[in-house]
Amino acid sequence: MDVINLTIDNKPVVVKKGTTILEAAKGIGVHIPTLCYMKLEDLNIENKPGGCRICVVEVEGRRNLAPACCTEVHEGMVVNSHSIRAINARRTVMELILSDHPTDCLICAKSGNCDLQNMAHYLGIRKIHYEGEQSHYRKDTSPAIIRDVDKCIMCRRCEMMCNEVQTVGVLSAINRGFNSVVAPAFEMNLDHSVCTYCGQCVAVCPTGALTEVDETGKVVRVLSDPTKTVIVQTAPAVRAALGEEFEMEAGTLVTGKLVAALRRLGFDYVFDTDFAADLTIMEEGTELLNRLGKHLAGDKEVKLPILTSCCPAWVKFFEHQFPDMKDIPSTARSPQQMFGSIAKTYFADKLGIKREDLVVVSIMPCVAKKYECGRDEFKVNKNPDVDFALTTRELAALIKISNINFRTLPNEDFDNPLGESTGAAVIFGTTGGVIEAAVRTAYELHTKKELPRLDFDELRGMEGIRKATIDFGGIPLHIGIAHGLGNARKLLEEIQAGKSEFHAIEIMSCPGGCIGGGGQPYHHGNAEILKKRQAAIYREDSKKSIRKSHENPYIIKLYKEFLGHPMSEKAHHLLHTAYFDRTEEKG
Amino acid sequence: MTDYRMHILICGGTGCKASDSNGIKEKLNYFINEFNLEDEVQVVLTGCFGFCEKGPIVKVLPDNTFYTEVKPSDAEDIVKEHILKGRPVKRLLYKNPKNDYAVTSANNIDFYKKQIRIALRNCGFINPENIEEYIGRDGYAALGKCLTENTPEEVIKEIKDSGLRGRGGGGFPTGLKWEITRNVVNDQKYVVCNADEGDPGAFMDRSILEGDPHSVIEAMAICGYCIGADTGLVYIRAEYPLAIERLKIAIGQAEEFGLLGNDILGTGFNFKIELRYGAGAFVCGEETALIHSMEGLRGEPTVKPPFPSVSGYMGKPTNVNNVETFANIPVIINKGANWFNKIGTEKSKGTKVFALAGKINNVGLIEVPMGTTLREVIYDIGGGIKDGKEFKSVQTGGPSGGCLTKKFLDTPIDYDNLIAAGSMMGSGGMIVMDEDDCMVSIARFYLEFTLEESCGKCNPCRIGNKRLHEILCRITEGKGTIEDIDRLKVLSEVIKDTSLCGLGQSSPNPVLSTIANFEHEYLAHVNEGKCPAGQCKSLMKYEIIEDLCTGCTLCFRNCPVGAITGERRVAHFIDQSLCIKCGVCMDKCKFNAIKLN
Amino acid sequence: MPKIKLSDNTINIIKDICAEFQNKESELINVLHKTQGKLGYLPAEVQEVIARELNSSVARVYGVVTFYSFFTMIPKGEFPISICMGTACYVRGAEQVLSEFKRQLKVEVGESTSDGKFSLNCLRCVGACGLAPVVTVGEKVYGRVAPTQVKEIIAEYREMNGAESKIA
Repeated sequence: MDVINLTIDNKPVVVKKGTTILEAAKGIGVHIPTLCYMKLEDLNIENKPGGCRICVVEVEGRRNLAPACCTEVHEGMVVNSHSIRAINARRTVMELILSDHPTDCLICAKSGNCDLQNMAHYLGIRKIHYEGEQSHYRKDTSPAIIRDVDKCIMCRRCEMMCNEVQTVGVLSAINRGFNSVVAPAFEMNLDHSVCTYCGQCVAVCPTGALTEVDETGKVVRVLSDPTKTVIVQTAPAVRAALGEEFEMEAGTLVTGKLVAALRRLGFDYVFDTDFAADLTIMEEGTELLNRLGKHLAGDKEVKLPILTSCCPAWVKFFEHQFPDMKDIPSTARSPQQMFGSIAKTYFADKLGIKREDLVVVSIMPCVAKKYECGRDEFKVNKNPDVDFALTTRELAALIKISNINFRTLPNEDFDNPLGESTGAAVIFGTTGGVIEAAVRTAYELHTKKELPRLDFDELRGMEGIRKATIDFGGIPLHIGIAHGLGNARKLLEEIQAGKSEFHAIEIMSCPGGCIGGGGQPYHHGNAEILKKRQAAIYREDSKKSIRKSHENPYIIKLYKEFLGHPMSEKAHHLLHTAYFDRTEEKG
Repeated sequence: MTDYRMHILICGGTGCKASDSNGIKEKLNYFINEFNLEDEVQVVLTGCFGFCEKGPIVKVLPDNTFYTEVKPSDAEDIVKEHILKGRPVKRLLYKNPKNDYAVTSANNIDFYKKQIRIALRNCGFINPENIEEYIGRDGYAALGKCLTENTPEEVIKEIKDSGLRGRGGGGFPTGLKWEITRNVVNDQKYVVCNADEGDPGAFMDRSILEGDPHSVIEAMAICGYCIGADTGLVYIRAEYPLAIERLKIAIGQAEEFGLLGNDILGTGFNFKIELRYGAGAFVCGEETALIHSMEGLRGEPTVKPPFPSVSGYMGKPTNVNNVETFANIPVIINKGANWFNKIGTEKSKGTKVFALAGKINNVGLIEVPMGTTLREVIYDIGGGIKDGKEFKSVQTGGPSGGCLTKKFLDTPIDYDNLIAAGSMMGSGGMIVMDEDDCMVSIARFYLEFTLEESCGKCNPCRIGNKRLHEILCRITEGKGTIEDIDRLKVLSEVIKDTSLCGLGQSSPNPVLSTIANFEHEYLAHVNEGKCPAGQCKSLMKYEIIEDLCTGCTLCFRNCPVGAITGERRVAHFIDQSLCIKCGVCMDKCKFNAIKLN
Repeated sequence: MPKIKLSDNTINIIKDICAEFQNKESELINVLHKTQGKLGYLPAEVQEVIARELNSSVARVYGVVTFYSFFTMIPKGEFPISICMGTACYVRGAEQVLSEFKRQLKVEVGESTSDGKFSLNCLRCVGACGLAPVVTVGEKVYGRVAPTQVKEIIAEYREMNGAESKIA
């Protein structure tokens, strides 16, 4: 039997065998509240430990209540989703959760965005009848992520992201019973662990137990310092998501308003990380062509496939877990760091100021960027190339605090010279974008011919691992794409085993790429939001007059005036980096 | 066993071993050698006789003389008097407590009279480390019969017809479970024996494994044949070293005899058994948690379905039964379903092993037909309440069960009656309580256990049981309110209704059943600040009755914390702020001058 | 995390144990049992080696170690004292015996005395309910223990020498 007939709240329902009560109810518009459950459609990410017991419903003939999220329907099942018994149970369970949760909601980093708070509101909790001992743990602050485990409700979403999706393996449930909690090994701090700071745990945490390090205060302080020139760069994925923080439809592009808001916040120059993304393509694309050329010439030593290196969490991942492969990724720095490096040399020179007096702030969809800009190799005399990296969410908070009415802002343009970018740079924000941008440039540089088409649909999508072969003037170029570190691991293991056929692989740590970054507005488990952001990114690309990095006039100018040519000694010094074996730091 | 004139069986269960049954064996052998009897008399260390209260037990065959509380120093008399002269050693015989007459034969001891031993049939009769003794008592005949005469379907039908239900607590029909697992199509299946007995106060499974490991091995092989599995796994508590040791020896012997391994009895059937060790987590008695534990994970249960019979160990169809369930199988095959299903009640067939403990005269392991009443178990077999005190309650089903009162004494014990009475069969722990036991404290004790053993995965169990425990602590400390009793009831119902696994679904049972049956005790705690049983320390006060105190200083000298002051021949005084309420003063006082309020 | 500072010998012991179980992640609990059996306890450094050998994450190993009460990260005392807290022992006064041990040794359950001589633990039913309440010291079982006997039991071991720590 492939279909199942049942009734939910007196309504007959016909669903496919294997459907859960929750899905069946959703199909007929019956909302059953959930807390630990999370499903990201198309990304194969599902968390249903059946632990929170908020989604319990009454099933006729069953002794106890059934968790809707993980109970499959059966023929003739009669479900009552909101009987007095179910509602009472739900409310009591909620009271229990709250009895072991701090009540500092007013000043919690998650206030207003908290699934637990929303649930308490939804269930109309006004009193906790079962007060008692609360769990207390040491607060853990790392360069990017804060763990305030007193607020952990054991939904296990972070654990699932860290272990199953990302295969990083930093977090595990520890101890048992009332003392159980999710923590790194030996309850050490995150900065003593192999954590990549990808922030996917933060992205899915329903409470304030996992949040990013808030640096808005520091940024406000430099903005009000008259001795400093403060410039800002914004990553491509930010413009496709920031609007959500201001009740705008997911997928709304807010590039112009974003620029206007940044200007009103008091940044002296508003630039675009996309400019540096174009620069990355020049360097990385050239590196690809160099390696490919040597390979075609029969050089057995040359390392292929080349792996992209824009994602700091991915970099930290292979430094910890695949140190033997640290000479395979491109040596090109990430766009954020290229931007900082150029800003504090080329641009500071133009302004005639010392690098110490120039403050570079970046707006990123990412929490790992906070860690990246603190890496020693990206500092000159202890002065970092990028001073502060704020997440999309932090920027939204800053805009709100500053009383800027975002929705009514006019559209404004980026400043120059570091604000001009191409469509190729914009698509860095989604999985598959970097490699598509690289292909656009490398193809033309290699074949000296114009591309017949610019949209490489074969590289786009949401599949965790994608493969495509591009005809590179007679040479079939094998390209791989992975997003999510678990998928990256699979491709890396193929390379390790000598079974990889790829010439180039793009890797992004976060599912969906930067649009799904750990610093983006919370998706609350709604994968549709990610798809809409992705569509927005491609829309922005298609609207751009220039869509190939090597055609960006300011990039051409930068090479002419300052860098010489891609992979020049100066470019090598300012735009490339080296990687480190971090196995001994393992926690 | 035919070569010897006499056999001396010594109980080698954990309880008796703790009382030096090894020492008794050594001494017996020493004297047997001394008198050159080694060809006539064999000394055997067996599994548990069940009568732990009177351990160590020594039994002499063929006359079935039953010696109790034997010490190594008694060995000389046993050999010299009994073996050489045929005169039982009177002072070691069991004395009927009713008339103080010595009972010579085990058959005449009340403790054994009402028992029918199926699962325990070999415990205390054979040397568990010798497969030949097992075979000598029809061992492996059932396996042979199944493999050579029956199809798996026929065997499953026999088990179904027998009416056997799982003895681990749930009471699911065993034959049906086998059939479901058999019907799932897969190239790899597993038979798992759940030997992670964790109820505090239950030791039936361990006793079977210690006393008759082959019966479990044989049954697992039969199960493997029926469901189509070639691998069996025994998940056993690491805290059971003796059971592990004997199981390993038994597996080794079975392999040697071709009863495990490839091509068993030339039938082409392959079956091997491996051991997996529990590591101290009660929740692993739950089958999905057990499977995760065997896979090297935290023993957290998962939502069923899928049931293990569909997706179990390593994602393969897995049939999980407990030790006692397996121990019944060979007998059912040998004697037939119709023999088995005549024993017991309508819906509960066969017998059940109980670990009888607490305030009862005859602590021990017993096996009675389903349908036996609690009264028969407690008074006839158990010999009544210790020290002539009043029976108050019997707790069945371990931490998941409930406390039953006098009014249930004549209820026939079976799965359904116990549930109807607000308790459950559980794995078979049966703890008897007397007038000195405070039922609120008992509920608190069980919650403390659940709290420690909750895996923490679901909220009702992780936090709800914590809150239940806190409320119970408040009440036993005299800080509870009448609202607390309501809170206990409401919260208990929700925990039962919403918890993920059987642990949480049953953890409030001790609370609910004690409230249902002993609400007056709860009320006395919250309304009057009194513990009727006099067990809750916070509510108690030791005081010296000045008129009776002679000032002998005995209490003063014995008080471990120096809470008593006073001059010789002058009435003493207890400083309540220092008193730890250990009761030593009251025990020591010869003049009844110390009272407890 | 500081570098692993176990002796080569200890590391080899762990490696051998892991190899015995084909370095399979699913054999984690068996590996932990055997390792604790050899080394007495499972400190952080040991868990790191096990995680590496089984190609597992340290967090996962730690999650398992802290789940099961049988595994310990602190060395047991030379004479580990366990009080049975099964129901049979409880109703026959195990709690009073336990509090007397706590008082005499000045430790809580799960702790060791400062001289490392004794560690105090509770255990579930040892199955010697006929002897309730039961206390075990190492392998030795004491039955029908009254609070007043606690002092004697401790005194029995005070001057004795137990096993040396096995982790170098």
